[in-house]
Amino acid sequence: MFWKNIFKKKDTAPTESLEQSTVDEPQAKEEAETSQSLFQRLKMGLSKTRKGFVDRMEQLVSGRKVDEELFEELEELLIQADCGVPTAMELVDRLRERAKGERITEGDEIKRLLRQEITAMLESHAQSLKESTASPYVIMVVGVNGAGKTTTIGKLAYRFKQEGAKVLLAAGDTFRAAAIDQLKAWADRVGVAFISHQEGADPAAVAYDAVNAARARGSDVLILDTAGRLQTKTNLMAELGKVHRVVQRELGRDVDEILLVVDATTGQNALSQGRMFSEAVPITGIVLTKLDGTAKGGIVLALGNELNLPVKLIGVGEKYTDLRDFNAAEFAKALFD
Amino acid sequence: MAFDNLAARLQETMRKLRGKGRLSEKDVDESLREVRLALLEADVNFKVVKDFIKRVKERAVGEEVLSSLTPGQQVIKIVHEELTALMGGTQAKLQLSSKPPTVIMMVGLQGAGKTTTAAKLARLLKSQGHRPLMVAADIYRPAAIKQLMVLGEQIEVPVFSMGQQNPVDIAKAAVNHGITHSNDVIIIDTAGRLHVDDALMEELVQIREAVSPHEILLVVDSMTGQDAVNVAEAFNARLELGGIVLTKLDGDARGGAALSVKAVTGKPIKFAGVSEKMDGLEPFYPDRMASRILGMGDVLSLIEKATAAVDQEKAKQLAHKLKEDEFTLEDFLDQLQQLKKMGPLDQILGMLPGMGAVKQLKNLDVDENHLKRIEAIINSMTVQERRNPQIIGGSRRKRIAQGSGTRVQDVNRLLKQFEQTRMLMKQLTGSEKGRRRSKGMFSLFR
Ligand SMILES: Nc1nc2c(ncn2[C@@H]2O[C@H](COP(=O)(O)OP(=O)(O)OP(=O)(O)O)[C@@H](O)[C@H]2O)c(=O)[nH]1
Ligand SMILES: [Mg+2]
Repeated sequence: MFWKNIFKKKDTAPTESLEQSTVDEPQAKEEAETSQSLFQRLKMGLSKTRKGFVDRMEQLVSGRKVDEELFEELEELLIQADCGVPTAMELVDRLRERAKGERITEGDEIKRLLRQEITAMLESHAQSLKESTASPYVIMVVGVNGAGKTTTIGKLAYRFKQEGAKVLLAAGDTFRAAAIDQLKAWADRVGVAFISHQEGADPAAVAYDAVNAARARGSDVLILDTAGRLQTKTNLMAELGKVHRVVQRELGRDVDEILLVVDATTGQNALSQGRMFSEAVPITGIVLTKLDGTAKGGIVLALGNELNLPVKLIGVGEKYTDLRDFNAAEFAKALFD
Repeated sequence: MAFDNLAARLQETMRKLRGKGRLSEKDVDESLREVRLALLEADVNFKVVKDFIKRVKERAVGEEVLSSLTPGQQVIKIVHEELTALMGGTQAKLQLSSKPPTVIMMVGLQGAGKTTTAAKLARLLKSQGHRPLMVAADIYRPAAIKQLMVLGEQIEVPVFSMGQQNPVDIAKAAVNHGITHSNDVIIIDTAGRLHVDDALMEELVQIREAVSPHEILLVVDSMTGQDAVNVAEAFNARLELGGIVLTKLDGDARGGAALSVKAVTGKPIKFAGVSEKMDGLEPFYPDRMASRILGMGDVLSLIEKATAAVDQEKAKQLAHKLKEDEFTLEDFLDQLQQLKKMGPLDQILGMLPGMGAVKQLKNLDVDENHLKRIEAIINSMTVQERRNPQIIGGSRRKRIAQGSGTRVQDVNRLLKQFEQTRMLMKQLTGSEKGRRRSKGMFSLFR
């Protein structure tokens, strides 16, 4: 687990494995008990995804000979998984070549190839959170409206706390109604510190105070929430850039992680989000949320393949235990096993 | 604007189609392949695209080529018509009960925009003279209740809440509360949920059974991908939706989900969310949207000219009205709407004596936001006010500004521009001299 590495300098609070962990807060205990192991949850979360995909894939390839029609149907399958046309075409082109080169004639064989290709594509973009011994370790969370930023912060806070870190959450969404209360509720639930200004305050000022408060209080991790914004709103994107600059300046170094939260239900617009958020701030990775739904999450492939943005974490539910690091092999395995 | 990219793509395709004379089946196939790609890139569901292409091909390869059109133009016409049909044909209105209170339920996935949309809808209804009540039935997401309360305060609409109690009980109590407080519309904001979450879907069914809503609106994020069909299908199967609200259309999402959702549920899209602000809710115009998809380019107007004798009739009427000085704000709005749809204003003006040669008309730059504001202002006027703008005094201006979510200055400017336009058009129809001042009118559209 990469969290351990981030805090290996610490001798306090031995890091429990998340599977059996409990926390002090009564609410937290309740949630941890009712939830199964993270892996089971992930598998459950992905089972719907897997079911839909594998079933149709099975239906498609079994007992068939490899021909152009089959390739076209595979391409359709990928497009239906939100991979996007260019990435789907690229994958199927590779399949075509390999089928030809390896003289593959059976449809079932093609299934194995596709799994390999998808795994390879995912693996080339898999990364975990940056390791750093700098303190405070600072994470900025950005994304469009309703993507799951604030919830992801709650989940992250829980995981860092489990690792024995002293966490501070900063309410950088001063725009949306009750956004501050929402983050406060997560801070209380998880049992970590919280800093905020009033609704309508300048988010850059919140960021400024947050960094300095994190230092003064000796926080190990600072996570900054930001207001949801559509990537086409130039003034709001400029505002984000300003917040980032303030954090960077106060920190005297680069922000450790700037995570773009993307809803797995999103279609091709995720590419525009990836592109334009990257222009405003140096995005270090993607958090893909709501994978517990039926959306196939194929956008992961497109984001990596077309924009080189690594997916670092995935959200598989609304509880704070429902966060996993993205693991290409595991993800592809869960898709096909 | 959403659909712009798609529009550009399709327009490009259509440009290729044009001027090729007779189209072979191969030409049609080739063009449709590009249409298909454009639609897929816009996130229209794969199956919906397939159906669409099939339908267009069937029609295009068949006969019915109008004598006034080239085969290429005919294909475009079919694509346009089928797209319009797919988007829902005519504009659908909110279902209001004849026996108040009307109960409206907002449902959808997490993060789609239900709470914001509930408040926007309440604000809109309030501005139309209703007495809405909002109900906080999202007991799960932290601070969801608080969010609705804050919005309620902002728009001065009461919010009914019972904390974290059972949403079914909340809904029932809210309706009783609404009846005793003479609220004529009750908007229930429910928690976001996955369409595959059986327990939570059942909760919605129970709310529906408890309060028999007149309108159940599914809120759909316009950035949704291929999965939109599954979501819409599932919600519709469990709840029998009344309509759909498409949110976040102010971004650059091409919004193919709009086509998908309409196609699988058969339910109309009733509103579009176009900003984070409380006035950012608009009626959804399927025809306008379809036209946008195809672009407002020369091809479409050519086709329209060739096929729509009805519009020429309208133009003549307008010319007559101008001459007789009966040009009202209603005509003005009508023109703007047509302009937004397609841009036939230049054609219409072109038919007026002395206007045919006005060059500026050719590159009339239509600022969408500006048009929207004008539209909102005129929509907030009474019929009398639209026909007799001179009765609009200070207090009426204030009311209109409030109702349309604009400032009094905006209303003032519009009235002034309308007056200038009217005068100018009158001059133009009467004499050649007016042309020199034509700049004044066109600044309206900048
Ligand atoms: N099913 C599911 N729901 C999620 C997940 N992550 C977040 N959500 C839900 O999505 C909704 C929106 O999440 P928020 O965390 O408020 O999203 P946000 O990006 O902070 O939203 P804004 O600040 O309004 O832009 C909430 O109802 C969350 O519970 C997930 O992984 N799975
Ligand atoms: Mg938030």
